[in-house]
Amino acid sequence: MTALEPISELKLEGITKRFPGVLACDDISLQVRRGEVLALVGENGAGKTTLMNIIMGLYQPDSGTISVNGEPVHFRAPGDAYARGIGMVHQHFMLVPNMTVAENLALGLKELHHFMNLDIKGAAKRIREVSERYELPVNPDAYIWQLSVGEQQRVELVKTLCLGARLLILDEPTSALTPQETDDLIERLQRMASELAIIFISHKLNEVKALSNRVSILRHGAVVFNGQTANHESSELAALMTGHDVVLPRNEGSGPQGEPLLSVRNLCVRGDRGNLVLDGFNLELRAGEILGMAGVSGNGQREFADALAGLRPVESGQMLFEDKDLANRTPREIIQAGMGYVPEDRQTEGIVPSFSVKDNLILKDFAEPRFSKMAFLRRKAIDSNAEMLKERFDIRCPSTSTATGSLSGGNIQKVILAREISREPKALVAVYPTRGIDMGAQEFIHEQLLARRREGVGILLISEELEEVMNLSDRIAVIYKGKILKVLPAVEATRERLGILMAGLADPDSPGDAPVATQAGVAHE
Amino acid sequence: MNRNKLLYSGAIILAVTLIAALLVALVLFSIGASPLATYKTILTGPLSDLFGVTEVLVRSVPLMLVALGIAISFRSGILNIGAEGQIQMGVIASTAMALAMPHAPKAILLPATLMAGALAGALWGGVAGWLKAKLQVNEILSTVMLNYIAAQVYTFLLRGPMLDPNELETGSGTPQSMRLPELAFLDTIIPGTRIHMGFIVALVAALLVWMLLWKTTLGYRMRTAGAGAKAARYAGVPVERYLIVAMLMAGGFAGLAGAVEVSGVHHRAIEGISSGYGFAGIVVALFGMLHPGGIIPSSIFFGILLIGADMTQRSASVPANMVLVLQGVIILSIVSAQSFLRNPYAQERFFRWFARFSPSASKPGKGVQS
Repeated sequence: MTALEPISELKLEGITKRFPGVLACDDISLQVRRGEVLALVGENGAGKTTLMNIIMGLYQPDSGTISVNGEPVHFRAPGDAYARGIGMVHQHFMLVPNMTVAENLALGLKELHHFMNLDIKGAAKRIREVSERYELPVNPDAYIWQLSVGEQQRVELVKTLCLGARLLILDEPTSALTPQETDDLIERLQRMASELAIIFISHKLNEVKALSNRVSILRHGAVVFNGQTANHESSELAALMTGHDVVLPRNEGSGPQGEPLLSVRNLCVRGDRGNLVLDGFNLELRAGEILGMAGVSGNGQREFADALAGLRPVESGQMLFEDKDLANRTPREIIQAGMGYVPEDRQTEGIVPSFSVKDNLILKDFAEPRFSKMAFLRRKAIDSNAEMLKERFDIRCPSTSTATGSLSGGNIQKVILAREISREPKALVAVYPTRGIDMGAQEFIHEQLLARRREGVGILLISEELEEVMNLSDRIAVIYKGKILKVLPAVEATRERLGILMAGLADPDSPGDAPVATQAGVAHE
Repeated sequence: MNRNKLLYSGAIILAVTLIAALLVALVLFSIGASPLATYKTILTGPLSDLFGVTEVLVRSVPLMLVALGIAISFRSGILNIGAEGQIQMGVIASTAMALAMPHAPKAILLPATLMAGALAGALWGGVAGWLKAKLQVNEILSTVMLNYIAAQVYTFLLRGPMLDPNELETGSGTPQSMRLPELAFLDTIIPGTRIHMGFIVALVAALLVWMLLWKTTLGYRMRTAGAGAKAARYAGVPVERYLIVAMLMAGGFAGLAGAVEVSGVHHRAIEGISSGYGFAGIVVALFGMLHPGGIIPSSIFFGILLIGADMTQRSASVPANMVLVLQGVIILSIVSAQSFLRNPYAQERFFRWFARFSPSASKPGKGVQS
């Protein structure tokens, strides 16, 4: 490993950064020491990422100083930051899928590049050293595409450590992980923290509570709070983060059990590799209920959602929507039948990023008479529709002509929700609707979903966030390997019970499954 | 905000053009020509008299038509590199149509001639669109290959079935078709020059394309398919269908450009009639930021370059092909400028580098505190 003086302290003083029209960082001072985890918390757009990019030398601050071990430093590029032992793991992994772990490391390590020869063995050796030392099991010869998201996250950590980083900046490291992988990562990070300094960016407060020693809260580019994590409740931190008290709304239950709206029977759907990903899938959604679908991602949720949107052929089976079979219909026919849809990938499926907010708000309805006449768009109606929805859904954008892709994740999701809800669908499918979204927007989206439920809309909520599923659902269906393993009323669901079901193990609380209960206990830990 | 951004992008593109001009100046210098004199001839020569101005406009007509089609296809997410072949198909079809009914009245013959060209170009482009939509054949490959086929078909027809019988009699054997009946000509606007009604056709076409893309539901669908194919599918837009529609239109405009060249300028099909308009049209469209409002001035600008290049050949003994070098450098510059505008880190780096040369720029660490 590179001979480096270990980082004992990183200190930021008075960091200020302006972009045209925005004060991204306003006189920010922070410090983090070896053996410590600093959680950096804030809503989207609070300036966390800009601040980290300044530390990594991607941006230069307009004013303020950065010092390492008391000595002022000046990073012009990420390479400079690495040379002083500071490394960052980005929210979106920077790995080449069709290369092995060792090859990915070798990409970034100049000293392995000899004339006409790339020292892959050296890279693999280094990976083994680091992964043993920090208890991060990684196989250097595995191809990235073979690894799960959680394993890829470990590869990123190992890679960053191999590059000599002793202060790790982790930008929302759990946003793509399953609950189990998240717990595992947090545990590993806790062990690693004794030798390293970690800046942990997140807006999931339970993770912040579990992992960090100290927490700094950013709001509108300024630090509004610094303190010891242990001394403060999550609710207190949430209030500081959003600027007001946050109470995530809950489904008060006892809703009227409506008529069946959507019955999926024996659905078989093939995945991208041609195998049957859904095989005999059954599900029933009623009007006026929120049906939560819990499950580790990759168990067929995506394929089910695609089939339901008309984007993936159905091999066999039915999707009866008000007695009309939607299997193998075109997306247009399904939309017209009254299905609403909040897709998983909001950036590319939910919106056209380069289009303005108002153009995205009519993505499904531009051909309706209220927005067009004789094949011409009615610009005035489109404008007033956008203004109306901007108010009603609290979409924060400079104007409705702004490119939607430049908004924060929460606001993009509000645009999508505004479009889908204002179309007054009979059923709404929401896939990971709050993934990576800050508390304020999350609260708003949850409220909207509950309000639709009261109006009698049947909502299918596909999510990995157990908290979210348990808060909002009337019933919870657990999906595992392309089948619904169990549907249970939300009042009977606990985090533990769902976790066991999601792992594909038999339900310990239902009689008759007793023989596997011990096995379940192991997985549960 | 939006306006500022437009100004900013415009300024970047302009700066990039200057860089391109500088690079070409180096090339000019290396072949022993005076860059200043050459640029002066290229830029002011064509505009020094009425004849020059009208010739610039004559050149801008096919460029504008082709670029409009390119803009439609690029905006719809399919890259049409095949305008050259589509032009040639348009030339053949319009010539054949005009020669097939020499006695028809002008009100029928002229529109029929132009329509035939547009239709043939549309079909030729549509093939690539269909291949892309149904079989996922890369449109860059298919359009380029279709160019080769079109070129061979064109050569064959002009030397065989469509060869002017007079050429056979006189034995001169110039590969060209018979002259069109006069009723199939686009009228000259200014007597004594070659500027013809095709210019008006092109301006009207620019207006129509703008309305199509930004005012109609069809244009909205096409732009959605181009800017976000996945989102378009989720919203129920059959993306594949609009790929075909876009290629039909793009080919149609290129074919119309060919027809207009026949009917307005040459009055017969001749060899080398397109003289690279199909490729130059791509540059014109990119330079005009894929917007009719930008394509009109950009096609006139490239008209100036083409005429100016002819003039430098005569006055400054710089080969006219130098304009091709300039075009190539401009394409590279525009593409780099666009990636630059899409990459905030590159912009930050650039301005940081730039700030080093201006002493007044605030240094980190002693900035003003709010």
